[in-house]
Amino acid sequence: MQRKLLLGVEAIGQAAIDAGISGVYAYPGTPSTEITEYIQENGTAKERNIHRLWSANEKTAMESALGMSYAGKRSLTCMKHVGLNVAADVYMNAAITGINGGMVIVVADDPSQHSSQNEQDSRFYGKFALLPVFEPSNQQEAYNMTFEAFDFSEKTGLPVMVRITTRLAHSRSGVVQKELLPENVLKLPENPLQFMLLPAYSRKYYQQLLDKQPLLQKYSNESEYNTFIHGTDKGLGIICCGITYNYLLENYPDGNCPYPVVKIAQYPVPEIWLRKLEKECDELLVLEEGYPLVEELLTDFFERGKKVHGRLNGALPRRGELNPDHVAKALGHEKAESAELPLNLVNRPPSLCAGCGHQDTYIALNEVIAEYGSGRVFSDIGCYTLGALPPYSTINTCVDMGASITMAKGAADAGLEPVFAVIGDSTFTHSGMTGLLDCVYEKTNVNIIIVDNETVAMTGGQDSQAKGRIEKICAGIGVEPEHIRVFVPLKKNHAEIVAIMKEEVAYKGVSVLIGRRECIQRISRVKKMNREENV
Amino acid sequence: MKTDIILAGVGGQGILTIAATLGAAALNENYFLKQAETHGMSQRGGEVVSHLRISDKPVFSDLIPLGTADLILSVEPLESLRYLSYLKKDGCLVTNITEFRNIPNYPELKKMFSEIERKVKTVQIDADEIARKCGNPKASNMVMLGAASPFISIPENVIVEAIATVFQAKGQKVVELNQQAFREGRHFALAE
Ligand SMILES: Cc1ncc(C[n+]2csc(CCOP(=O)(O)OP(=O)(O)O)c2C)c(N)n1
Repeated sequence: MQRKLLLGVEAIGQAAIDAGISGVYAYPGTPSTEITEYIQENGTAKERNIHRLWSANEKTAMESALGMSYAGKRSLTCMKHVGLNVAADVYMNAAITGINGGMVIVVADDPSQHSSQNEQDSRFYGKFALLPVFEPSNQQEAYNMTFEAFDFSEKTGLPVMVRITTRLAHSRSGVVQKELLPENVLKLPENPLQFMLLPAYSRKYYQQLLDKQPLLQKYSNESEYNTFIHGTDKGLGIICCGITYNYLLENYPDGNCPYPVVKIAQYPVPEIWLRKLEKECDELLVLEEGYPLVEELLTDFFERGKKVHGRLNGALPRRGELNPDHVAKALGHEKAESAELPLNLVNRPPSLCAGCGHQDTYIALNEVIAEYGSGRVFSDIGCYTLGALPPYSTINTCVDMGASITMAKGAADAGLEPVFAVIGDSTFTHSGMTGLLDCVYEKTNVNIIIVDNETVAMTGGQDSQAKGRIEKICAGIGVEPEHIRVFVPLKKNHAEIVAIMKEEVAYKGVSVLIGRRECIQRISRVKKMNREENV
Repeated sequence: MKTDIILAGVGGQGILTIAATLGAAALNENYFLKQAETHGMSQRGGEVVSHLRISDKPVFSDLIPLGTADLILSVEPLESLRYLSYLKKDGCLVTNITEFRNIPNYPELKKMFSEIERKVKTVQIDADEIARKCGNPKASNMVMLGAASPFISIPENVIVEAIATVFQAKGQKVVELNQQAFREGRHFALAE
């Protein structure tokens, strides 16, 4: 029994390879990025030439994965939680079409927002689409459940969501692997109209999805990952979803939890175990990462049922990821005596790297907007978002990928002048291009600065699809060539950059300014990689 | 046997190599292990922390409960103080003294350390200087691991072997330099 030390995300990548996928489709996003990176580096994946290049965004990724499934092969698609918003259209409809080859959607949620705009809980998307959701409780389960999810997908004819959170994604433990499966052979869907969602057909398919629900419930009841653990003290029954089970066990290291427990790792929730627990116990405690999904389900609106404790009634924090201390408190345990000293330490917020070109762009932009006043720079998501913090404090918004251009447009339409959008190269090809088309179509007066460091820097320096294509894309969309301006964000070019910005502010139409200098982290990483390849 | 370690530092300082080395050592000894680390946003010069748990029994939580860590191992002095609430009463703090100043309001640490030294066992080491003497300032990580090793229940030779496993791709010279750095750090802590 060979154990391999793997992060939760790596265990998922390995499981997908071993389950015989023919492709992974993804766009980077913490904490999901390393699933795809693991597959990109893996020997078997290279040998089999599994598809493993990055997609432009989560929607294109999931659609490609669905296309691979259409062709009969197994496919994986991975994203962070907000990425599922981008892919929501195909996601909701893939629940109606169902799959041909097994298809698994891994969504990594980020409670506590370590690196995200919000902490939305993807299990609601599972419920919304009426799809099965697997939520492994540890690294080995992450491996096993992902491996089995492909079979489950083919058995039920549905895409399967695997939901993890940051903690499991980025924690390492020993994992035992299974035998490598062969890839599926190419095989078209038996029903040639399976993926044809004309209302006349899709009404029928939706009914079929509804008809499958009792079967999904049966599988959940029978799942080896959903268990009922007996306890002698029926004063309280505990429900643990995903990794919270570990936090419960941590509080009873000798395995002597006195309360009955239902451990949930597969949704829809296993009704038989929950009913049994409710029948046996006086009160219930729900431990779950993210939003109070199970707690809401069990709490009676009219307060006639048994008392349910959790995030809603204050037994646990409403927001943020849980930890063993939260669970200890909910159980009324004494806190360990720590060596705590009363210290009030300053935080060390993330910051732009020394030598990063984004800095030079912001210094120039600050000089230009000084004349008009602040509050007019719409921005986006990436390393450059750190320009919201001192010493720059240049940008005013960061909402969702691509929103810089379109929000700038809306503000311009409202009469704000001049307006700026600051967007990264990868964010531009992810979701900025269509917004640019809106601007071109109406000749909106916007100044769009594409801060092009030729990589997807924030998530670790992945290849950017935008590289070498931005001018052509902008010209193709219809930006006038004389208003596509390129500068090199370097201190010595400061005067020139300011001049370019001022010229484009003077032009009352769509201007695109491209500040291009390669990410310094990427330069040193590539150098290091080349050096290592040479020895 | 159980050792719970908080590894602390600033994004980019490479605490993950320390974690990887201890991970390899623990696996060789057939111990159970969980190691939670920080990826993403904070890696851009922000505070990063890793919870490393090694035990001869299965480890449940990926996170160490407050007040129970055996050891805080920090490659930066300010960061060594951030997680004191995790340290158990008779726990131990091992920190590099080279400051990483990337914030304008970096505090004066001397007074804080003199207060802390009275309450917990503290090893303060100039790992950067020792690593430089060994031949490469980048090996300061391994100096730190060496300085912490007397407080970790894994035999010295197992960790030394694990260093070889982790660095073997970079050649024998790099392996030896890092093993030397480890020994110097260990020597320093034992002499304290
Ligand atoms: C929908 C969505 N997908 C992915 C992410 C994660 N994400 C945040 S920033 C970023 C990279 C942006 O790259 P780029 O625009 O090139 O900016 P850089 O970081 O290189 O400055 C990604 C992938 C996200 N926040 N939202």
